[in-house]
Amino acid sequence: MWSWVGHRVTGVVIFFFLLVHVLDTSLVRVSPEAYTAVIGAYKNPIMGLGEAGLVAAIVFHAFNGLRIIAVDFWKNGPKYQRQLLWGVLALWAVTMIPFLIRHLSIVFGGH
Amino acid sequence: MSANTIASPRSGGIKYNRNKGSGSNFEMAAWLFMRLSGVVLVVLIFGHLFVNLMVGEGIHAIDFGFVAGKWASPFWQVWDLAMLWLAMLHGTNGVRTIINDYAERDGTRMTLKTVLYIASAVIIVLGTLVIFTFDPCPAGAVIDLPSFCPAP
Ligand code: HEM
Repeated sequence: MWSWVGHRVTGVVIFFFLLVHVLDTSLVRVSPEAYTAVIGAYKNPIMGLGEAGLVAAIVFHAFNGLRIIAVDFWKNGPKYQRQLLWGVLALWAVTMIPFLIRHLSIVFGGH
Repeated sequence: MSANTIASPRSGGIKYNRNKGSGSNFEMAAWLFMRLSGVVLVVLIFGHLFVNLMVGEGIHAIDFGFVAGKWASPFWQVWDLAMLWLAMLHGTNGVRTIINDYAERDGTRMTLKTVLYIASAVIIVLGTLVIFTFDPCPAGAVIDLPSFCPAP
């Protein structure tokens, strides 16, 4: 139930980010100045935290999506769905910890 | 006692109260597409995040020249194009499901879905055009050009 809520909320959040992300990337077609100026906004620390949250959402949605697929297509999937959820959370942590160390040290590393 | 024979359950053939529909498999195809595109997107998105945020200077390295350098290669053009289409179609179909779940009035549902489809179509067309009409060395530009551009 809560994994479903999480999957739904992260799906919508990622979708709206994707709309904006295609628009900001499209500025490369306007001019290098326009693109570099707007993308510069992604590099400040507040946005850095936002990016961390977004990546956390994507990684959860991705692993939980694979769990949904396993439950639907693997014959023992429904039986082990609960264990699979723990697997999703464990993989999420294993992915996020190195990501956060690297990304946050880049964002806050002062360049 | 005379045996009261009760028909065994469902022996008379099952009458489901479902509409016969148009015989279209659209919902089935959409369901399958969500799963197939999901598997491919894991690879495309994790690769995208790793190359853009983890390698080298991470997000600090991203500027016009970074994008130009990537799209100089057909490999990243195809990668990003596939990611754009799959993620947009997957996300649009996912949001369509959510609208169907929560918007109960017919009018509201139709309006929201129309807005969704228009927005998605605009983004997919825009993104595709940007990937294919991109010029890494635009005339008159001076800053952040990739190193392979002729000196201005
Ligand atoms: C990273 C790889 C991804 C995987 C493995 C994945 C997997 C899935 C799966 C299996 C579903 C369930 C579909 C169903 O119940 O029929 C789903 C739903 C959804 N996905 Fe993804 N997805 C991924 C990426 C994305 C992206 C990039 C977006 C946004 C653009 C997105 C947005 C959604 C939405 C909005 C839903 C609907 C949620 C709901 O109905 O509750 N997903 N995803």
